[in-house]
Amino acid sequence: MINTQIAIIGGGPAGLRAALAAAQTGAKVLLLDNSDHLGGQLIKQTHMFFGSQQQFAGSRGIDIATRLATELRQFENVQIMLETTVLGIYEDGVLLAEQDDKVRKIKAERIIVAIGASERMLAFPNNDLPGVYGAGAAQTLMNVHGVRPGHRVLMVGAGNIGLIVTYQMLQAGVQVVGIVEAAPTIGGYLVHAAKVRRAGVPIYTSHTVKEAYGDGAVEGAIIWQLDEKWAPIPGTEQDLAIDVICLAVGLSPLSDLLWQAGCQMTYVPQLGGSVAVRNSLLCTTNQQIYIAGDVAGVEEASSAMVEGQVAGLGAALSLGLGGEQAHAMLADARGQLAALRSGPVGEKIRAGLSLVEKGVTADA
Amino acid sequence: MRITEHPILRYQKGPKVKFIYDGQEVEGYEGEPIAAALHAAGIKTLSHSHIENRPRGFFCAIGTCSSCLMTVDGVPNVRICVEKLKAGMCVETQQGKGVLR
Repeated sequence: MINTQIAIIGGGPAGLRAALAAAQTGAKVLLLDNSDHLGGQLIKQTHMFFGSQQQFAGSRGIDIATRLATELRQFENVQIMLETTVLGIYEDGVLLAEQDDKVRKIKAERIIVAIGASERMLAFPNNDLPGVYGAGAAQTLMNVHGVRPGHRVLMVGAGNIGLIVTYQMLQAGVQVVGIVEAAPTIGGYLVHAAKVRRAGVPIYTSHTVKEAYGDGAVEGAIIWQLDEKWAPIPGTEQDLAIDVICLAVGLSPLSDLLWQAGCQMTYVPQLGGSVAVRNSLLCTTNQQIYIAGDVAGVEEASSAMVEGQVAGLGAALSLGLGGEQAHAMLADARGQLAALRSGPVGEKIRAGLSLVEKGVTADA
Repeated sequence: MRITEHPILRYQKGPKVKFIYDGQEVEGYEGEPIAAALHAAGIKTLSHSHIENRPRGFFCAIGTCSSCLMTVDGVPNVRICVEKLKAGMCVETQQGKGVLR
């Protein structure tokens, strides 16, 4: 049995920041990640971040991962276990984890779940053919492993991920024949959209995939236009010769572990799916379990990092650690979150969060 | 399929090694995921659906989706998108749910 005060599951932007914040209060911290690296999905993000200096605006995701991991490794009260998959959280606060084909037991006073989200599928005939990838997967293949996903790509989704990955494909020497977006407008930031348009990639708004085809792998796709009620318009089909379809149609929180742990869950479409009901310190209905990052609601890496701070400080304070300084850092972090979620860009997330709050009041 | 020049990234690869994929010799870099090496070699079909036997390829790249399960050195259901390549590995297309030997 490994004993710790605060166990953090997931070493991405949220988990790293949670570990750092908790470590600063002097808590004994154990950070677990199922991959062989810290940084989570930051390690494939070659673009520069927005936000403010506190969330490393102007830095590339890959560099932020290195910086946070290096900072964390300075703390003697932090233990890091990589290639360790948490399998379950039990009533007595024991975590079961697998490392090197062995099951390990971990006893933690507080647990912060920061396991992120998974990519969504889109329903269309032959969506299971080899050559249909999650956009994040294509990004990993190119930016981490140096392999092109294919030669000619159709990107599905003109949100930030679709736009950014399109640009990164061009950087990797892959041709993108177009981006289809079911909504009548581009969802991502215009600065990203302008970049891909300047590079000659057409963005087809109010369009979707009718079907993919190919013998054993993707050889083409038929796209068609949608009317104002999102119904496809027959006769508008276009046949595109491509070998890759990249799906950038959103993410869903990886909520399995929280369901298993018995946290009260609520379905909030604006947050990407089922999320745990939580208080303002990101503590779930299980007083021992906190959440941070995409698992708490799909958002940006910048807000995931700040949520990590809130959860890390919240968990430490609940153990009587941190004192005045932690309270001050917490107030600052909550201010940063409010700023990140202000304005029209944060409208969806604010609506989602208010639904979670309503869920709390309704059950109280 | 390998990216040799990139405006931002420099790829650090392990030594070039040989491994066996369904009886044929394939090259890859030690330490990269098996799936990256297969993809670079143009191999797209990794598994098959159990009932309809439809081909399945690389999908999530981070060990979440089960689309890339193969038998590696006799062990079935290995997620080859996160399993690191070693010299001489034997990677096989899996029949059905795999058999523990």
